[in-house]
Amino acid sequence: MADPVLSVRDLRVEFPTRRDLLVGLDGVSFDIHQGEVLGFVGESGAGKSITGAAIMQQIAAPGRIAGGEIRLNGQRIDKLSRTGMERIRGRHIGMVFQDPLTSLNPLMTIGDHLTETIGVHLGLGRRAARDRAVSLLEEVGIPEPAERLRSYPHEFSGGQRQRIVIALALCAEPELVIADEPTTALDVSVQAQIIALIRRLCDTHGTAFMLITHDMGMIAETADRVAVMYAGRVVEIGRVADIVAHPAHPYTQGLIAAIPSLETDAERLRQIPGAMPSLSAIPDGCVFHPRCELADDLCRTRRPVLAGEGDHRTACHRTAQAEYAP
Amino acid sequence: MIALVVRRLLQSLVVMLVVTLIAFIMFRYAGDPVNQMVGVETTEAERQALRESLGLDQPTLVQFVRYVGRVASLNFGVSFQFRRPVMELLAERLPATLELALVAAMLSLVSGILLGVYCALNPRGRISAALQAVSLVGVSLPTFLIGILLIYVFSVALGWLPSFGRSGLVPVTKHWSTGLLTLQGWKSLLLPAVTLGLFQMTLIMRLVRSEMLEVLRADFIRFGVARGLPQRRIYFRHALKNTLVPVITVVGLQLGSIIAFSIITETVFQWPGMGLLFLQSVQNVDVPIMSTYLLLIAFMFVMINMVVDLLYNAVDPRLKGSSRV
Ligand SMILES: Nc1ncnc2c1ncn2[C@@H]1O[C@H](COP(=O)(O)OP(=O)(O)OP(=O)(O)O)[C@@H](O)[C@H]1O
Ligand SMILES: [Mg+2]
Repeated sequence: MADPVLSVRDLRVEFPTRRDLLVGLDGVSFDIHQGEVLGFVGESGAGKSITGAAIMQQIAAPGRIAGGEIRLNGQRIDKLSRTGMERIRGRHIGMVFQDPLTSLNPLMTIGDHLTETIGVHLGLGRRAARDRAVSLLEEVGIPEPAERLRSYPHEFSGGQRQRIVIALALCAEPELVIADEPTTALDVSVQAQIIALIRRLCDTHGTAFMLITHDMGMIAETADRVAVMYAGRVVEIGRVADIVAHPAHPYTQGLIAAIPSLETDAERLRQIPGAMPSLSAIPDGCVFHPRCELADDLCRTRRPVLAGEGDHRTACHRTAQAEYAP
Repeated sequence: MIALVVRRLLQSLVVMLVVTLIAFIMFRYAGDPVNQMVGVETTEAERQALRESLGLDQPTLVQFVRYVGRVASLNFGVSFQFRRPVMELLAERLPATLELALVAAMLSLVSGILLGVYCALNPRGRISAALQAVSLVGVSLPTFLIGILLIYVFSVALGWLPSFGRSGLVPVTKHWSTGLLTLQGWKSLLLPAVTLGLFQMTLIMRLVRSEMLEVLRADFIRFGVARGLPQRRIYFRHALKNTLVPVITVVGLQLGSIIAFSIITETVFQWPGMGLLFLQSVQNVDVPIMSTYLLLIAFMFVMINMVVDLLYNAVDPRLKGSSRV
C-alpha cells in the first residue's frame, strides 16, 4: 500500500492545570490514506476534537503536544514553527468546524473570505482569485455564485454557510480535510446533503477525509474505516463493515447496539450504564473497565494496547483475541 | 438608511425638547430673574414693568413656548454677571474647550487602542500586566488629582511645561484663535489634554483589550488560523475590525463626556474654556449661562449619539436594512 497521507503515532496531549496534569490524548495512533474516509466516533469528551486540533497544532495554550509524532506525507509536522504550520494549514490540511455561522467573519463578504484565502495559498491575482472563488462556490452548490460573492455570511442559510466553509477549506486543494462534526449545527434535512458533498469532493480530488462525529449511523454510511475513541484513547479501529458487523471492544458493541436503524432487536438497543471518566479521574488499567461487564483483575491493572490481525485492531484484554481466534 | 436618519432626528428633537424644559424650569425658578437683574434701589413699580417686559407675568405654558422659540433662534439671553449675550460669551470660550477636548480625545483614542491591542496580543507579557495595573490607577484616581500631580512633576519639579493658561494663540478667523499652530500653544495644551484624556485612555485600553481577547477566542479566528491565514492578517484584519465595532459606541459617548467633564480640568489648569465659564456662572448664580451650557452639552450628546448609531450601521453589515432602535 502507498504511504499514508497522514500518520499519527503515540500522540499524547497534556493540559497542565494548577492542581495536576490532565492527559487529553494518550497513545493515539492511526493512518489515513489518499482518498480514504476515516471516521472518528466516541461520546462527548472522548478527545475527538483534540485529535483534530493537535494535527492542526491548534491546541490552546497551556495545552500542548507532549509526545508522539504526526507525519504528513512522511514529513514531521508536529514540531513545525508557527510560520511553518501556516504553510501546512489550508494548503495541505483543510478544516471544517461545527458551526458555520460562527466560523465566518461577520464583517466580511464571502467573496473576500474566498479571495483572501486563495490569495494566501495560490498567489493568484485579483481577477484569477475571483474566478476561482466563483467556480468553487459553483462546485459546492451555491446558486448564482458570481452575485453571491458580495453577500455577507448572515445572508445565507445554515446549509449554504457550511457549503461556503467547505469551499474555503478546499480552496487550495489540500490532501487531507478534517471535519469536526460538520453537520451537528445544521438542520436534519441538510445534514445528509453536506456529508454527501464533502464525500463527493474528496472522491473527485482524491482527498483524504477525517470525519469526526458521535453519530455511528453517519459513520456507517460515509466512512471507509472508523476509529472509536474513549477517554482520550483509540479503543478500536478498522474497516467500517468489519466493525459494524463484528464489534470487538465492549464499548464499540454498546455503540453499535445503540444505532436504531441497524439494530431492530429492541432487546439489545440499550445504553451502556455509567459515564465516561473525566480527564482528572482516568482509572488504572483499561479506561473502560469501570463500565465493562467483562472486566477482570487484568483489566483493572494492565493497560491494553491496540492489537489484532490485519486492519482490525482492538485495545481489550478480553475480547480482542476471542473475536479473531474462534 | 434614510428612514433611520429621519427617525433618529425625531428622537433627538424629543430629547432636546425635554432638556429645554429642564433648562426652562432652571431659568424660571432658580431665583427670581428680575432680582438678579436689578439693583436694590429699584422700586416695585419698576420691577413690575421689567417683569412684564420680560413676559414673566404670562402663563407658564406661554412662557415655555416663547423660551423654546428663543432657544430655537439661538437667543439665550444676557448673562447676569457680564451683561453680555450668552451666545457671545460661549462662542469666545468654545475654541479653547473644543481644542482641548479634541486633542484629549485623539490622544486617548490612539493610545488607548494601541495599548489595548498590545495587551490583548500579549496577554501573558510583563508589560501587559504592568499596563493593566497602571490603568487601574488611572481609572480610580480623580481627575483633579492627576492634574495636580502632573503640574507638580512637569511644571514645578522639572519646569518643562506651563502650569496654567492657554498661550501661543494664532487667530484663524475673527472668532477662532488656535493654539495648535505654535510650539508654545502645544506646550500649554499638553498637560490639560493628558489630564482630561487619561481616564478615557485607560477606559478605552481596558475595553479594547477585553473585547479583542473575546474576539480572538471566536470560531472565525480559529477557522482563519485553520485556513492558513498569516498571523498578522488574523490579528489586524479579522480580529481588530471585529473588536472596534462595539468599541465605537463607547468611544463616541466618551467623547461627549470628555467635553462635559472638561470643567474640572479647565479649573485645575485655569483653561479659559466653557467649563471654566460654567463654574464661574454657578458661583454667581448666572442662570442664563448655566441653562445654555446644559442645552449645549445635551445637544452635543444627542448629536454624538446619532453619529455613533449611523456609524455602527455603516460598519456592521448585519444591521443594514434592519430597523434597530
Ligand atoms: N484546554 C483544555 N484544558 C483542559 N481540558 C480540556 C481542554 N480542552 C479539552 N479538554 C478536555 O479534553 C476532553 C476531550 O475534549 P474534546 O473536545 O476532544 O472532546 P470531543 O470528543 O470532541 O467531544 P464532543 O463530542 O463534545 O465535541 C474533554 O474532557 C475536555 O474537557
Ligand atoms: Mg468535539
